[in-house]
Amino acid sequence: MSSPKRPLPAPTPETQHFWEGCRAGELRLQRCGDCEHVYYPPRPFCPKCSSREVNIFAASGRGTLASYVINERPHPAFGEPHSIAIVQLEEGPKMASNVVGCPQTPEALQLDMSLQVTFEAVSEDITLPLFTPVEVSS
Amino acid sequence: MTGVAVVGAAETTELGKIPGMSQQMLHADAALNAMADAGITAKQIDGIATAGQRPTDLAFYLGITPEWVDGTSVGGCSFMLHVRHAVAALQSGLCKTVLITHGESGRSRVGASGFAPEPSSLAGQFEAPFGTFGPPSTFTLPVLRYMKDYGMSHEQLAMVAVVQREWAGLNPRASMRDPISVQDVLDSRMIAYPFHLLECCLVTDGGGALILTTDERISDFAGKPVHIWGTGESVETPMVTQMEDLTSSKAFSIAGPRAMKEAGVAHSDVDHLMIYDAFAHLPLYGLEDLGFVGRGEAPDFIWERNTAPGGSLPLNTNGGGLSYMHSGMYGMYALQESVRQMRGVAPAQVEGAEVSVCLGVGGMFGASGCIVFGNQPKT
Repeated sequence: MSSPKRPLPAPTPETQHFWEGCRAGELRLQRCGDCEHVYYPPRPFCPKCSSREVNIFAASGRGTLASYVINERPHPAFGEPHSIAIVQLEEGPKMASNVVGCPQTPEALQLDMSLQVTFEAVSEDITLPLFTPVEVSS
Repeated sequence: MTGVAVVGAAETTELGKIPGMSQQMLHADAALNAMADAGITAKQIDGIATAGQRPTDLAFYLGITPEWVDGTSVGGCSFMLHVRHAVAALQSGLCKTVLITHGESGRSRVGASGFAPEPSSLAGQFEAPFGTFGPPSTFTLPVLRYMKDYGMSHEQLAMVAVVQREWAGLNPRASMRDPISVQDVLDSRMIAYPFHLLECCLVTDGGGALILTTDERISDFAGKPVHIWGTGESVETPMVTQMEDLTSSKAFSIAGPRAMKEAGVAHSDVDHLMIYDAFAHLPLYGLEDLGFVGRGEAPDFIWERNTAPGGSLPLNTNGGGLSYMHSGMYGMYALQESVRQMRGVAPAQVEGAEVSVCLGVGGMFGASGCIVFGNQPKT
């Protein structure tokens, strides 16, 4: 569902590590060295305690589906109706993404289902973190 | 401390489809109507606030040389914040008469500004690449969480639109006036699951303006005064996906209670309520964050017709953004309806209404402003 016309991020010095991580197949989050708060989106200081002592680490890539819409009037680059999701990451933060690799229907997209990050290169410079359902054997 | 009152209030001469006016002229048309209501000209105005256009644009265009300027722009509730800031400016003597304007060519797009975030902004980097494409696919994102956590049905979400259409049916200026049923809402085109077309706001052209002064000066103006009893404001996040709690707006929870506390009103004192409804879930979040009902109780409260014509808490009595009009920055129209209700001149007038609460939202769930109005000076 990628296309050259998809709106692409313009990384800034403060977010470069995140987008480099995606290219390297890592979902990079930040943890405060003082209060241990884990946060997203990236910035070089802690939004909870204002400390500049923050560390970048590779997250598990695991999460659950917190909420979503199925956009029936998608951006032209997407072409077809698709999910826009809020993923609750295992480490604490929430992030926007798409759930891919399953039908884009309310039946297939159940809230709180387990998800795993997957990376999709959408341009030479940009790779996006997307999520796929984790098959749970019943 | 001196009180502050609205002494001029008006919308654009027309509402709906106005292809013959640019965005800037919609601001000016509303401003001229408000000046006529107040019985003044631009020469008596020494403070100006606006959003969507720069205050400089409007001051020059209208022939105002201000001594106080506010260009706060946090989305559709910016005008609530302008009112709050104007109250402080008037009380401290920075100026004597403030004009607040809104105009937006939302439908015809004549001289209009755009929506897309900068690719280097937080929303541009961390939301837009996933296909968030305007408010219908962004503002709507938290609602499935609310539905699951509180057991709200699709029918209950649809009921918000049904009730507001009932109010619109009483208002000759409303864009959409024909009655609709819950089934009509659920049968309307899906825009962004779980939102159907009739659960999304209209897209129309229009504008509105307010003129404020201190209580001591209200006799210098022709407009029937409406008194400002309390105000509140806050912001939370430029990204709806980063709301602290997907079932509640932190900005609502700060702005609303702060305004009501300052006004000294209890929930039972409120006769009339406006909650900015860009989408059907907004009144639900607003009712709960203002504390009129408990967490998860708003869907039943609306379903049981408490906010409908004849109900105990008349809400969005102009028909709201869902049925009255919605230019993009709707907050001004919510304020106008509160002023009409306090003046006793609303098309769907609430008999004997003395206190009105007006809650705005802006930049999706990014910001909020709240104003409490009274038809008498605050005692």
